[in-house]
Amino acid sequence: MINNTSFLIVLRFILLVLLQVLVFNKLNFFGYINPLIYILFLYWYPIKQNRTTFIILCFFLGLCVDIFSDTLAINAAATVTIAYLRPTIMRFVFGVNYEFQSFKLNNSTKAQQFTFLALLIIIHHLVYFTLEIFSFSNSLLILQKTIIVGIATLILGMLFSTLFSSKKE
Amino acid sequence: MQQIINFLIRYKIFLLYLFLLLISCIFTFQSHSYHQSKFLNSSNYITGSIYTFSDDITSYFGLREENNKLVEENKRLRDKLFNNLVLSPALIDSTSVDYEVIRGRVINNSYADQRNYITINKGENDSIVQDMGVITDKGILGIVENTSDNFSTVQSILSDKSNINAKIKNSNHFGSLVWENTTDYNVVQLIDIPRLVPLTIGDTIVTGAMSSIFPENIPIGTIKRFDLDNSKSFYFIDVELFNDMTNIGTIYIIKNLNRKEVLELEAETEAND
Repeated sequence: MINNTSFLIVLRFILLVLLQVLVFNKLNFFGYINPLIYILFLYWYPIKQNRTTFIILCFFLGLCVDIFSDTLAINAAATVTIAYLRPTIMRFVFGVNYEFQSFKLNNSTKAQQFTFLALLIIIHHLVYFTLEIFSFSNSLLILQKTIIVGIATLILGMLFSTLFSSKKE
Repeated sequence: MQQIINFLIRYKIFLLYLFLLLISCIFTFQSHSYHQSKFLNSSNYITGSIYTFSDDITSYFGLREENNKLVEENKRLRDKLFNNLVLSPALIDSTSVDYEVIRGRVINNSYADQRNYITINKGENDSIVQDMGVITDKGILGIVENTSDNFSTVQSILSDKSNINAKIKNSNHFGSLVWENTTDYNVVQLIDIPRLVPLTIGDTIVTGAMSSIFPENIPIGTIKRFDLDNSKSFYFIDVELFNDMTNIGTIYIIKNLNRKEVLELEAETEAND
């Protein structure tokens, strides 16, 4: 059972990195919209796992995407941030009951899943574009990119999570 | 002591987070001001192979277009040849050659970021080193930044770190080519041209002679719009590129055989000051 979960996580890691760098980094919709779809790794990651492993894994996830797209190490910084904040966001979205053994992402309402993903994306993109552009004179550009690319990521993220969610019993 | 250990254990997640964030921030700020880190870039073996694999598949879809481009370039070169605009082959022997051209292919291209890098399929085994110029048949593309055995990354002219010597064709007034409006990937900016220079919209901009990376007179683009900058003594010129930065296949890497000598001489002169 444990092996099965770890195998799934590693597979997800590799597939999401490849999907990000080979497909979504080349999308360039309207010139600059490249959805950062690899965030779904944090959305799907099991809840009751060791936090230390989770944060280190997320750091390497970001670093892998960085190495491929020559953006050292903006993705890593943004991903580590949401990895650290994930329990806080989950408590905010799902209430205290997410800590119970029986809690599953699939059992929560669509609205909750949507808010959870949206919060992850907003924080991630804000850190990402702040570090990428890195000047306060361009703060409007940072906000504009965060919102527009964030919406694109959100739409695709919801599509993917619906497509690949395990069926409800 | 016990309390310190307790503190560390209680906040170990937070400390780990701070540590990893610090590492990524150091990487980020280093790449803002210096060259990228030597190994953590897309010219390494694994990323290079994956990009080659993906390029092997996608390059088939543009073969006809690619062929047309090459025929067009051949036509231009033949025009020059028949009108005697180049030296006859007898005059070009190996001792009088200043530049060597190496051909290559783009295997990964980006143009939507603030600092764009292009990965190409030629590396140290093809005698590529840092700071070589990269051009296409239409104009300049960038400068080689990192190399591995078989791949290199190229810092595109679409990068806020890029700064290339350029001039107005036929007038020899030179300035610096930069990318300031980082949302428009077809337009770069030419700065430091004095206001007494006569300009017209549509003038051609080419590379200048002040660089030891690019030969003189490689086309860049045409003037799209110009205006005086804040100091009112220099122009701020928008240059529309000849290259379509979103669609690049075959490229040429330029090796300046005199570069070492030029750099040594310059270093010597500065040391004597």
